Amino acid sequence: MGTGVNEKSGHNKKLGKDGEDLAARHLTNAGMTVLSRNWRCREGELDLVLTDGQRLVVCEVKTRSGDGFGTPAESVTAAKSQRIRRLANLWLSAHHVGWCVVRFDVIAVVWPASGQPRLTHFEDVF
Amino acid sequence: MALARAWSVALFGVDGVAVEIEADIGPGLPGVQIVGLPDAALHEAKDRVRAAVRNSDEGWPPTHVTLALSPAALPKGGSGYDLALACGVLAAADAVPAEPLRCTVLIGELSLDGRLRPVRGVLPGLLAARKAGLRRAIVPVDTLAEAVLVDGLEVLGAGALGEVLGWLRGEPDVLRLPPETTAPPVPTGPDLADVLGQPEARWALEVAAAGGHHLLLTGPPGTGKTMLAQRLCGLLPPLRMDEALEVTAIHSVAGALSADAPLIAAPPFVAPHHSTSVPALIGGGSGVAKPGAVSKAHRGVLFIDEACDWGPHRLDALRTALEEGEVRLARRDAAVRYPARFQLVLAANPCPCAPARDTDCSCSPNARRRYLARLSGPLLDRVDLRVRMRPITAMAASDGARPEGSSEVRQRVCRARERAVQRWATHGWTSNAEVPGPALRREFRLSPRALGLLDRGLDTGAVTARGADRCLRLAWTLSDLAGEERPDADHVACALDFRDRRAA
Repeated sequence: MGTGVNEKSGHNKKLGKDGEDLAARHLTNAGMTVLSRNWRCREGELDLVLTDGQRLVVCEVKTRSGDGFGTPAESVTAAKSQRIRRLANLWLSAHHVGWCVVRFDVIAVVWPASGQPRLTHFEDVF
Repeated sequence: MALARAWSVALFGVDGVAVEIEADIGPGLPGVQIVGLPDAALHEAKDRVRAAVRNSDEGWPPTHVTLALSPAALPKGGSGYDLALACGVLAAADAVPAEPLRCTVLIGELSLDGRLRPVRGVLPGLLAARKAGLRRAIVPVDTLAEAVLVDGLEVLGAGALGEVLGWLRGEPDVLRLPPETTAPPVPTGPDLADVLGQPEARWALEVAAAGGHHLLLTGPPGTGKTMLAQRLCGLLPPLRMDEALEVTAIHSVAGALSADAPLIAAPPFVAPHHSTSVPALIGGGSGVAKPGAVSKAHRGVLFIDEACDWGPHRLDALRTALEEGEVRLARRDAAVRYPARFQLVLAANPCPCAPARDTDCSCSPNARRRYLARLSGPLLDRVDLRVRMRPITAMAASDGARPEGSSEVRQRVCRARERAVQRWATHGWTSNAEVPGPALRREFRLSPRALGLLDRGLDTGAVTARGADRCLRLAWTLSDLAGEERPDADHVACALDFRDRRAA
C-alpha cells in the first residue's frame, strides 16, 4: 500500500518537475532570465523567479495530468497567493534587492499521460 | 466580447426592481466574483451556475469572471438570478449571441444538472420588468401559468439551461409557449344552506358581505359560528382582475400558488390557528419581511376563531392593519409594504365554560367579564357588526323550508355592492368600508333627522367618534341592501344596534 502511494507521489513529482522545465523554457523563449528555480526557505518554495530586465517576475507553476479534479490554475487559491507574496518578500531580502516592481504569474500545464502538454500563462494575476 | 448584459428582477415585498446583470471575463486566475450586495443564497449562485453550465455541455471561462448586479446599492438575495447569471457569462464568453438578451428578463434557479427550478414571486417580478420596459420573459416552465397573467410581455417557459441557450442560438421551438388561458374554476365553497337557524347572524353575515365590514360572532359552542364565517367568502363577488393580480402577487411572494391555476380569482379565506405568532400574523422574517396572514387575506376574509384565546398582544397587532389597509415592515435589507385590506371575522365563546344554554353557565361573573375583556376596546371599536348567536332549540324546525342558499344571498350582496361602487366610483372606493370618515361627514352628510340618534350616542359616550364613522358606513350598506337612495334614521338605528356592546 505504502509503495503504491510512493509510486504515485513519485509520478506526481516527476510531472511537476517536467512542468516546471516546460514553463522555464517557455519564459526563457519569451526573453526572460531565470534568477532562481525552486528557491526554498523555511516558509516554503518559489517555483520560478525571473526577470525581463525591468521587473521581477515570480511564477508559480501548476502541472496536472488532466482536468478531472479541476484545472491546475484553479488550485491557486487566495491563501496560496498570499503565501507566494510573502515568499517573494523573503526572496528580495535574501538577495538584498531593494525596491523593484514585482509581477506575479501563474503557469498552468495540463500534461496528459499520452499526448502533448498544454500550457496556459496567466500574467500579473495577484 | 468580454462583457455581456442580462436582465433579472429583485423583489421587495410585492414591489420589484429590474436588475441589470453584467458579466465581465477578464484576465486573472479562474474564479468568480459577484458584486452588488449579494446575500448567502446569491453568493452560492456562482457554484450552482458553474456546475449547471458545465453539466449543460458548455465550457466555463478559464479566467476570472466578475458579475455585477446593479443598482449596486440595493441588497439582493435569493436564487432567482441563476439563469440570468449563466446566460450573461456565456454571452460574455461568446458561446451564445448576446443580442436576444437585451430586452429579455430571465428568472429561475438552476440545479447542478442544468434544470431550471421554479422560484417565488414570478408575477410581481414580471410586473416590475414590464414597468422597466422589458418586452420578453423567460421563466421556469412550472411558473409559466403564473407568468402569463402579466399581459404585454412575451412569456416563454424553459425546463433547462440548455433550452435557453438553444433559443439564444436561434433554434426554433425549444422554449415552451404558455398554455391557452382557461377561465379559473368557479370555487365551490360550503353553502349557506347548511347552517341551521340563526336569522340575525345570517343577516349580519349578509350585511358584512355587502359592505366589507368586520364582524364578531359570539355564542355558545356548536351553534355555527365557524360554519357561518367559512361561508362568508361564498357570499362575496369574485375579485376584479386588478384585485386578483394584487392578491396573486402576495401569494406568489409567499410561495403559496398552485402551479396549474395560479390566478386567485375568489376572495381568499385565511384562518390562522390561535397559537400563531405576531410575525406570522402581520408579516416578518429576516432580511426582507415576508407577507403574513393579514396580507394573504388581502381582499378576502381573515377568520380569527376562538378570539378570546388569542391574547390581546396578537389581536391588537391587527389594529393598524385594520385601520390602514396595509402593513409596513422594516427589516435589515428593506422596508416593505404589503397590502392588507381584509375583512375580519372574529368568533368567540361568551365564557370559559361555554354551555349550550347560557343559563347553565357555571362561571363566576368575574370570570365571564375577564374572558370577554380579552378582546380589547380599541379592537372591538373597529368591528362594526357584533352578533350574539342563539342556541339551536329544535332540529325539526328546519325540516320544512330549506334555508336560503349562498347563491340567493350573493345576488343581493352583489346588487348592494353594485350600488356602492357606482356611488363612490368618482372617488375610487370600491366598498362602503373603504370610505374615509371625513367624506361621510361632509360630502355625503346625512340629514339631521337621520343623525339624531347618533348624536345622542356620541353625547352620552355610547359610541366613539370612530365608532360613529363606522356606524355611518354600516348605515350606507343597510340602505344599499334595502335599495334606497340614502340611509334614513332607521338604518342608523339598526347600525347602532349592530354595534351593541351587549354582544361582547
